[in-house]
Amino acid sequence: MTKPFMFEKPLGMRDTLPELYETKAAVRNKMSDEIKKWGYQFIETPALEYYETIGEASAILDQQLFKLLDQQGHTLVLRPDMTTPIARVAASKLLNQRIPLRLAYSANVYRAQQREGGRPAEFEQMGIECIGNKSTSADAEMIALMADVLKAAGLEKFKITIGHIGFVQELFLSILGNEERAAVLRKFLYEKNYVGYREHVKSLTLSSIDKQRLIEFISLQGGENTLTKALGLLEGEHGREQLSELQELAVQLKEFGVDQYVSLDLTLVSHMSYYTGTLFEVYAGGVGSPIGNGGRYDNLLDKFGWDASATGFGIRMDRLVEAIGEIQEADVPECILFSPERRKEALDFAKQKRAEGIMVTIQDINAVENVDAYTRTFSDVHLFVGNGGRVSNE
Amino acid sequence: MSSFLTIAMPKGRIFEEAAEMLRKAGFRLPPEFDDSRKLIIEVEEENLRFILAKPMDVVTYVEHGVADLGIAGKDVMLEEERDVYELLDLKISACYLAVAGLPNTKISDIAPKIASKYPNVASSYFREQGEQVEIIKLNGSIELAPLIGLAERIVDIVSTGQTLKENGLVEYARIADVTSRLVANPVSYRIKEERITEIVDRLAEIIE
Repeated sequence: MTKPFMFEKPLGMRDTLPELYETKAAVRNKMSDEIKKWGYQFIETPALEYYETIGEASAILDQQLFKLLDQQGHTLVLRPDMTTPIARVAASKLLNQRIPLRLAYSANVYRAQQREGGRPAEFEQMGIECIGNKSTSADAEMIALMADVLKAAGLEKFKITIGHIGFVQELFLSILGNEERAAVLRKFLYEKNYVGYREHVKSLTLSSIDKQRLIEFISLQGGENTLTKALGLLEGEHGREQLSELQELAVQLKEFGVDQYVSLDLTLVSHMSYYTGTLFEVYAGGVGSPIGNGGRYDNLLDKFGWDASATGFGIRMDRLVEAIGEIQEADVPECILFSPERRKEALDFAKQKRAEGIMVTIQDINAVENVDAYTRTFSDVHLFVGNGGRVSNE
Repeated sequence: MSSFLTIAMPKGRIFEEAAEMLRKAGFRLPPEFDDSRKLIIEVEEENLRFILAKPMDVVTYVEHGVADLGIAGKDVMLEEERDVYELLDLKISACYLAVAGLPNTKISDIAPKIASKYPNVASSYFREQGEQVEIIKLNGSIELAPLIGLAERIVDIVSTGQTLKENGLVEYARIADVTSRLVANPVSYRIKEERITEIVDRLAEIIE
């Protein structure tokens, strides 16, 4: 690579200037207030973790990890997600104190660009994890809380799509007989390649009834009768348990009063490979990628030595702010310009202003080259210069 | 609710067939649609907006969500591996990706050179064959490369094989069949579900 220019940053790294900072901060506060109201406790974990622990346990592709070496030669990663570090903390410390455990986070995660620009490689996520809770009520709580958090953030229109990876797995295994063949078919879903899926099903050596079942599976999305149609595809007991979970979930979401935001899509498969049960994504118009996602991951904690089920979600702050679409104007402070002989007077005045909750900048007038240009950027200007009294430009 | 939809169309070879197909499916497209130099064409009575892009770029517009739907060749999708839904095989503009070269030649054992407009497709094909090759990216007239000694093999799309024949090249392997596909942005696919399903159904009906 050629030597970078002084203004350049690594690919995918972005600065946040005052307007966007204020906007994000306002949204972040509203969201974390809501999350706390549901009894979740915020925690922080380090940005650097071991590659062999967090890096390997995380579902993020290896080529997307930022890796570096520490002094002893251990490979480290910049955390690519928050769910895995939280699983580590929970399993090694917090689960001793309370089960189920409800934790929240607001942190930057890092995923290297795969191809080109246009997507940040560092982005803020806010999310929650509910650990040691295998009930469907926990799944419903995730979705209801996510809807409430998005509403609190000021997002009015959004859509949560719910699927169940366990159901996909049961159905594919019962028809295809082994994991190898099921994995091939799942990959088509993961790649969103319906054309390839259909062609692959046609090429399989299966009875025409089984082929038809697999083809109809693709249309198990949207409409209210999705669950009924899904039941119609089952033979025997495989997949029935997962469907009744979804049925139960639908009832509970109605009780939570968030059913108008959700729809079912049984073909939904996530890039986060650790999901084991219900999973969901949330979309808003005008943003080309999901603004958040979540689901049940019952095997992840086991990697850290504690066999506990868990569920959670994460929201992408950059995409959410884009979806909300309003940029908050950064608050503009007032300015006190003083000359050295009246410094004390100016400082007292500034103290008084701040006590009233007003933002003030204090500035020695001798250090300003162009007073007009400088003062123009403030909402009000107070002069403590020379012998006269205080002068305001208002 | 009939929401506004943006469709990315590929300029050039596929365009005519794709436009004809849309008309056959009952979309009322204005006559200037075919020979316009405009890059954005709005069809208000259909609540549609078309953008005309380079075929290679269609999936990029769709992935980033500035177009809800797009018509893209499978060759482009294999090369670009974008995060979009591949909803329908439109079965138009059929051709295939193939390996070609001068007749009766072998590729060298050490660092054979392959020229292609599709570096990712070429690289993953040869890796699957257990061959380590070096890819040279070209942007057109790929057939020239083996003739003039730039590369031992090329990977390119072949429709009739006429160009290969006229330049004295032969096909060594067929990599994948290519037709045009209807693709959708993952968010549009959820948010504008009804509208997209309607378009998919209308097109699916006329695909033979």
